Amino acid sequence: MTHLRSPARAKGTSAADKQIPVGTKVLLDEAGLQAFLSLLLKIGYTPIGPKVRDGAVVYEPITSITELPVGIKDEQEGGHYRLSQSPNGSFFDYTVGPTSWKKYLFPPVHKMWSAEKQGGAFKVIKDKKEEPAYAFIGVRSCELNAIHIQDKVFGFDRADHCEKGIFSDPGYVARRSKSLIIAVNCGRANKTCFCTSMGGSPHVTEGQGYDLALTELHSSSHHEFIVEVGSERGALILDLLPYKPVTHSHVSAEQAQERKARHDITRKMPDDVKTVLKKNIEHPRWDSVADRCLSCANCTMVCPTCFCSTVEERTDLTGDHSERWRMWDSCFSIDFSYIHGGAIRSETKSRYRQWMTHKLSNWHDQFNSSGCVGCGRCITWCPVGIDITEEAQVIKRTGK
Amino acid sequence: MTFAASNKKDTSCACYSGSADPMHPRPFKVVDIWRELSDTFSMSLVPEDGGPVLFEPGQFNMLYVYGVGEIPISVSGDPTDRSKLVHTTRAVGNVSKALDALKAGDVVGVRGPFGSVWPLDVAEGKDLVFVAGGIGLAPLRPAIYAAMANRHRFGNIAVLYGARTPEDILFAKELLRWRARFDIDVQVTVDRATGNWQGKVGLVTKVIASGGFDPNNSVAYTCGPEVMMLHVANALKNRGMGADQIYLSMERNMKCGVGFCGHCQWGSFFICRDGPVFRYDQIADRLDIKEL
Repeated sequence: MTHLRSPARAKGTSAADKQIPVGTKVLLDEAGLQAFLSLLLKIGYTPIGPKVRDGAVVYEPITSITELPVGIKDEQEGGHYRLSQSPNGSFFDYTVGPTSWKKYLFPPVHKMWSAEKQGGAFKVIKDKKEEPAYAFIGVRSCELNAIHIQDKVFGFDRADHCEKGIFSDPGYVARRSKSLIIAVNCGRANKTCFCTSMGGSPHVTEGQGYDLALTELHSSSHHEFIVEVGSERGALILDLLPYKPVTHSHVSAEQAQERKARHDITRKMPDDVKTVLKKNIEHPRWDSVADRCLSCANCTMVCPTCFCSTVEERTDLTGDHSERWRMWDSCFSIDFSYIHGGAIRSETKSRYRQWMTHKLSNWHDQFNSSGCVGCGRCITWCPVGIDITEEAQVIKRTGK
Repeated sequence: MTFAASNKKDTSCACYSGSADPMHPRPFKVVDIWRELSDTFSMSLVPEDGGPVLFEPGQFNMLYVYGVGEIPISVSGDPTDRSKLVHTTRAVGNVSKALDALKAGDVVGVRGPFGSVWPLDVAEGKDLVFVAGGIGLAPLRPAIYAAMANRHRFGNIAVLYGARTPEDILFAKELLRWRARFDIDVQVTVDRATGNWQGKVGLVTKVIASGGFDPNNSVAYTCGPEVMMLHVANALKNRGMGADQIYLSMERNMKCGVGFCGHCQWGSFFICRDGPVFRYDQIADRLDIKEL
């Protein structure tokens, strides 16, 4: 339920009266957004937001709204990504770029611990580093779903209890519980988007797990943001900002925006892809995709849910100091499945099959959800434009 | 301010890795290290932290060598002796060769135990059939020890073992000792006879065809190369055993042991967590899919 905030802010009343209820929508202007960013910095958050680097919109630390991708629009297709500059000055007119929030919650390179040599023995030194409190600004609805999916992988959802043989990653849990999520609703969709066939939507839905959600409204005279309260924590922060009430015309503009974004979506994943893939572990299409796939691992690197990693031992030249590093890995690398005697998945065909069947089918058995949120990154960033929705459609049409 | 940067969840869950972080190893001292075969060695380890030695037959540990790396190795020791860990492996890779080069007194890192167990409780009152190939006898040995320690709970016990040559017979003295007992049937066969071998020659599946157990009232446990286990399962089924009476242990690349790294996936299973021990009927559909 949406509450429209009364314009009269009762200053000086008790804190309980003052708190904005979850579900309330209010309005911030550009200056209000900058005030929000400054407040986050002041209270100890590390704000991470979109900015343009190397011709792409990426998520990096920001301190000012001038760093946002002002007027930047992205055009995406299979194997195609281009930015263009429009004069409208919108901050969030792009959809999703090659990076995802995974980079912060599950760092690509991470020192787990180090060890000092002591004769034939060694001493393990645990990393005592305090995890930063991130404020993620601009989390799309599909990306929020991806965060929830990784929560299950790394045990954020089970970190408060101990079950024999089921583990949590304490680093992930610490970073995740400290992170503030400021979602941004999509005003448009790209050609590679298909969130609506993965149970998602261009706009966040109530209870999706954000602290605040922004909808950017732009007209020739106004540049404003509807801010929806998603959590108590979000409400406390918002209450310190110079917000204004939203009107019904703001809300209808927001609804029109979501309708437009939904209408933009053209790609579709088959509803029954989980069972289609289970029945077609052997199918000629796996050979056809292997003829095109370069096994480059781009799809797994840009995917916001892919969680595979490897571990590397790094010693210094004296040999007295050694470190254990965890790094993102990909099921597309041949070493990934190596056991004594050789790699289990020696062919590209079986590596692509592993990735796609894991993502869309086996993930359901492992984590009770799909591993795909329909963000379309794997389509855009595939150098040869392999389209996971097309592969699934063809297998469904021609398979068992 | 209270709403900034707070840790809501308590992560101080020790489980049985001895640390809140399952990626942190426990230091264990090498008490003894000895050669089993030309390329195979065993080592016994005791915890430096004075904590418990915990494992069930069929489980594995991640063993870490300082400056080299970490690999998964099944426990091969006696589960009724909780004073030490015993591991047996072949020295074929970087880490296993570095383990082989250790001496008594050196320290290794241990994470674990991880994975599923050989379930002996389902075989109460039934015959037990252990079928091992090559180094596969090592992960089965704790279950054999456990069965012998509770001998009265089971019917016949058969240990059927196949090695490549007589020189490759693992735990040969122990197999002889077991064979000297009146309450266990030990059969050893080799693929290729060398020297003055007078025993059986041929695949272990041939021994299954003649083995002394009641196929209608037995539980089988098999470990060895994947293709061998596939043939063993078929031979057991041909003798009339049900698919739900056969257990086998799978091997895949593992980096973490706790279901995070993704390397050991086999269809929907994480072998480190859902396995390594599986009941045959739960995996029969994927066992013969190439490169799964």
